[in-house]
Amino acid sequence: MSASADPALQVRKLRYYRGERQLIHDLSFTLTAGHWIHIRGSNGSGKTTLLRLLAGLLPAESGQILWQAQNIQGQYSIYQQALCYLGHTNGLKDELTPVEQLAWTAALRGTPINPAKAHQLLAHFGLSRQADLPCQDLSQGQKRRVALARLGYTQAALWLLDEPFNALDDTACQQLERQLEQHLAQGGLLILSSHQAINLSGAPPQMIHLSSSPDDHITPDHV
Amino acid sequence: MFNAAWCLIQRDLQIAWRRRGGVLLTLCFFVLIALLFPLGIGPEARVLRLIGPGIIWVSALLASLLALPHLFATDYQDGSLEHLLLAPQPLAWLALSKIIAHWLITGLPLVLVAPILGLQYTLSDAGLWTLIAALLLGTPILSLFGAIGAALTLGLRSGGTLLALLVLPLYVPVLIFGAGAVEATNSGLGGQAHLSLLGGLLILALLGTPLATAAALRLAVE
Repeated sequence: MSASADPALQVRKLRYYRGERQLIHDLSFTLTAGHWIHIRGSNGSGKTTLLRLLAGLLPAESGQILWQAQNIQGQYSIYQQALCYLGHTNGLKDELTPVEQLAWTAALRGTPINPAKAHQLLAHFGLSRQADLPCQDLSQGQKRRVALARLGYTQAALWLLDEPFNALDDTACQQLERQLEQHLAQGGLLILSSHQAINLSGAPPQMIHLSSSPDDHITPDHV
Repeated sequence: MFNAAWCLIQRDLQIAWRRRGGVLLTLCFFVLIALLFPLGIGPEARVLRLIGPGIIWVSALLASLLALPHLFATDYQDGSLEHLLLAPQPLAWLALSKIIAHWLITGLPLVLVAPILGLQYTLSDAGLWTLIAALLLGTPILSLFGAIGAALTLGLRSGGTLLALLVLPLYVPVLIFGAGAVEATNSGLGGQAHLSLLGGLLILALLGTPLATAAALRLAVE
């Protein structure tokens, strides 16, 4: 979360095909500290694909992704350290409890947390009673909340969230919005996809509209 | 880096313990196959001693194949694989950790049960020890080579069958040297040469297969 003069995340002419169809067409944008991008589009328009491209899980057809003015290809491990990606699958093991789940993903990221801290993060999302149940006994919304509880310990500057508000109830939505606002206020960067309109205090988002019809081009516009 | 690997192994062992039915299934399959042959062939001790090593090894091969699809499949389905790909550690290192855990869960029990099966085939004491040594060296190779196939067939509809076709040819050297070691001991030649070759193969597999598995895993999530 350094306040360097370089724009933190820069995307230049990103292009991606799925089969014959051009899913992402020459997308360029710049995202600086404390700002966020809202990706919108109909089902199948490539929101998840774009987030996966940005996370480096998919190789782009052409174009560049620059992090702190360096191409992420050359320094992928540095980029990974700065990255927190939440996919549309929650990444939870059915057999593990939420506490164990948080503990192992944290250890994998090199930021181990103790069980007390994990309990605290889960309580934050209203899961104190479910903290020691196997994940398979949780509802869809509760699983989503366990996945989101990761945001509580991550030190990553750039958050890529794929439909984070899916399956959440009103209380959890507000909780998440507060967490996102806090992240932005601390100079973090955020890119999320969602069908809903999201109002976060502070700077308004850049919008990226993905279109599912091949004739329309993707137009990032600044609101 | 070692910390993350240890965490991953611990996690997989914990999951296996909570789903221990699946682990027992592999072991039962192994024991059953090896038990069926004497029933079909008859109690002639000389014949059993001759075919025993080969049958135990083929059973181990098939049991290991049966367990392979589970190596990465659940991680792939529930999205944990993306966590591994985005972790700061090299993917090959994490893949190796998963393979080690998989061997501890599915390979090591086979090694422990094999001597009992060996008794049924009237193997000598020296033959039994060689069998254990050969399985200790050989079953990790099965897991390592199998991991490439498991990663390559991730997300395919008829992945299981394709996996068998991909992996079984790779298992051939292990079968030859593994069964050969026990046969050589039985015939009084000593199995050291075969065991050394198995050891060499294990080192080769340890060095090469995690990298290949990692590359296949990256392809699988694309």
